[in-house]
Amino acid sequence: MSAAAHVEAPQRPVLEMRHISKTFGPVRALQDVSLTVNAGELHALMGENGAGKSTLMKVLSGAYRPDAGGEILIDGTPVATGDPIKARAQGIAVIYQELSLAPNLTVAQNIFLGNEPRRFGIVDRDQCNRRAREIIERLGVSFSARALVSSLSLGERQLVEIARALSTSARIIVMDEPTTSLTSRETDRLFEVIATLKAQGIAIIYISHRMEEVYQLADRVSVLRDSGYVGTLERADLNASRLVSMMVGRDLSAFYKKDHRPPDSQRRVALSVRGMSDGGLLKDCSFDLHHGEVLALAGLVGSGRTELARLIFGADRRSGGTLELDGKPIAIASPREALEAGIAYLTEDRKELGLFLDMSIADNINMGVLAKDARAGGFRDFAAADRRAAKAIADLSIRARSAQANAGSLSGGNQQKVLLARLLETEPKVVILDEPTRGVDVGAKSEIYRLIDSLAGRGIAILMISSELPEVIGVADRVLVMRDGAIAGEVTASEGRPLRQEEIMELATGAAQEGPTR
Amino acid sequence: MTDSSTVAKSADQAVVRSRRLRTAFAALGMLPVLVLLAVGFQFINPRFLTGTNLLIVSQQSSINIVLAAGMTFVILTGGIDLSVGSILAASAMVAVLVSLVPDWGMLGIPAAILLGLGFGVINGLLVAYIKLPPFIVTLGSLTAVRGVARLLGEDTTVFNSDLPFDFIGNGSLFGIPWLVIIALTVVVLSWLVLKRTVLGTWIYAVGGNAEAARLTGIKVPLVLLFVYGVSGLLAGLGGVMSAARLYAANGLQLGQSYELDAIAAVILGGTSFVGGVGSIWGTLIGGLIIAVLSNGLILAGVSDIWQYIIKGLVIIVAVALDRYRLQAGART
Repeated sequence: MSAAAHVEAPQRPVLEMRHISKTFGPVRALQDVSLTVNAGELHALMGENGAGKSTLMKVLSGAYRPDAGGEILIDGTPVATGDPIKARAQGIAVIYQELSLAPNLTVAQNIFLGNEPRRFGIVDRDQCNRRAREIIERLGVSFSARALVSSLSLGERQLVEIARALSTSARIIVMDEPTTSLTSRETDRLFEVIATLKAQGIAIIYISHRMEEVYQLADRVSVLRDSGYVGTLERADLNASRLVSMMVGRDLSAFYKKDHRPPDSQRRVALSVRGMSDGGLLKDCSFDLHHGEVLALAGLVGSGRTELARLIFGADRRSGGTLELDGKPIAIASPREALEAGIAYLTEDRKELGLFLDMSIADNINMGVLAKDARAGGFRDFAAADRRAAKAIADLSIRARSAQANAGSLSGGNQQKVLLARLLETEPKVVILDEPTRGVDVGAKSEIYRLIDSLAGRGIAILMISSELPEVIGVADRVLVMRDGAIAGEVTASEGRPLRQEEIMELATGAAQEGPTR
Repeated sequence: MTDSSTVAKSADQAVVRSRRLRTAFAALGMLPVLVLLAVGFQFINPRFLTGTNLLIVSQQSSINIVLAAGMTFVILTGGIDLSVGSILAASAMVAVLVSLVPDWGMLGIPAAILLGLGFGVINGLLVAYIKLPPFIVTLGSLTAVRGVARLLGEDTTVFNSDLPFDFIGNGSLFGIPWLVIIALTVVVLSWLVLKRTVLGTWIYAVGGNAEAARLTGIKVPLVLLFVYGVSGLLAGLGGVMSAARLYAANGLQLGQSYELDAIAAVILGGTSFVGGVGSIWGTLIGGLIIAVLSNGLILAGVSDIWQYIIKGLVIIVAVALDRYRLQAGART
């Protein structure tokens, strides 16, 4: 697969970005970055959050104008910078993480939105549909040009975005974390489309945190760190430790941590979940979670992992099931009751469901314990809040200018640490972490793994939902696998036999049950 | 270690300072507009910046500022309260009616305030627990409570020329009108609640991200109930102030479209319509701008019709300028 996708590209640079710097007031977001991308190549761009990838791409797309001295060349000719409309006309298209489609319009209408083919000044619907169909066929995908975008899956919508890029004859397509919300099947299809695009000579700049994808797809990888250019690796020279050390600037010998787990014999059941159902997807889920254990909840997207976690946390209404905490039955009807009982939950969607982006880091960290710290009359104890915030920032090494800065100003990894800090302030006995390292850079990832390990070492029971199997294998003691809203099975490690990805995948896909594996 | 922590501390202070400056700037962003308007009106009519006239302006703005303070609470949670004008009318009716009871006339004050609180709590219950959209709930109560106000006086104007609490509307303390004292007290108390109490932080949190607030264990319905209750209560207080000023109340006419002036004051004050961002000081300035405009246009001899047109345009232009300024000042 990967060999086929890797077509030998002619070494013709289609895009050169030279000496690009960008400063915002005192903040230097990019410092003398140069990047050359060849026609028909997939050029991966990697780096921790805040390293400057997004800024560089915004300079490319014309959203930002580079500082004097920087220039962008397409086919060797300098082009105008800082103008999004010209950039598009020059063949640059960016597909953002947050999709920008109009859900109530058809695929064809979306593809030509703002750029409709006209006849006599009126939108020519037939031509619109016909050209959309041609582009969709070029991508080799199967939905209709007349389908409403709202009826498409997230993965299909992304393909519509790509089709839109092709409709403006894009020659350089930037994809920013395109697989974050895709199922594995949709991801495979996206990769096929990428191969098709490359074969047509289109250059792709691919931003991703996922090593596996980069290995599979990239012809070359460029790494940014601290707003500067670190280097570019050819496909032949790719290897994990080298990439990671380029990104973080130091060696990560022990990336995953399992050092501090108490020996099995001491483990007591912390949370006992029985017969959890939600009257819809979830059916009769039961399991035990032990003190000092990291139990991973694996499964495909849509298998019901987040739903189960939210049910335990009281965020959604359940139709059946009981919970016991340390042997005592507990009734939980709301997140507040769960928190009071000692169960905390880290959401998978930190911006939508976790952070208060317009509030200070200190307020965000303290939000769960304001009432506990309050003085007489409901007045806030700001000294206590500052103390907690300062300690959390130091303990979790949150990199912020100040505790009073807005949470929205932090990078993804540091935002995640702020949420973890808030959760830990409630002194939970059971912690449910939903995709704790999603959209988080390598450095913060390793810090989060270390934190999880130390929490387990303190006897806290941890249920970790993760879609990244290496993470599951690296961090968890035991793995529960969900499929179609039920617990499909459990994977445990034993003496001399570590957890295996294949076993988890078989359970997650049902391959083990339904006969011979492919 | 000590070195880095001192550095961190001074950085902390710098950020706190710049943050305070920014909030002050955001809150006071409309202050230049207020000053410009005042100077402009002074040019047109030198009577504008006289002690007497400024006193009139502050009195005229006081009821709107009280309503707008309540509205600030509601809009900070991302809601809206369209019913304050009607609640004010109903409360004013009750204030006058109760004031007519021999010997117990002073009870008109608590009766009106409690009625306002009651209507506010009903709004709050519908928004918080039945989860109806605030716009629709308060649009309904705008109409229904207006009907209640008319019902209370059997659709007539009620008078009390011997109003026991008329000092509120027409008296002053050390030369400062009671209306102004009440309005400033409401603003200061609102600031205390919003910025110094746990509840205040929860209000910002609910407005900033309601679902995150719920998942953090905040009792979101209780917070919503509180803000609509406050808005109703302050509308009731506004009713008392109106009644005390006029010695009379009319269920049909009193408080018509007051909600729009209150909303305008909040928005002029820089509070975000989607919630989570804003301050009570901004609302104070917004309320003053509206009062200065009305008063100044009258002094300038502008006709009633053109006053409407100009006021509307100033609101739009002022907010547009504010947005532009914020965008220009925003970091990436």
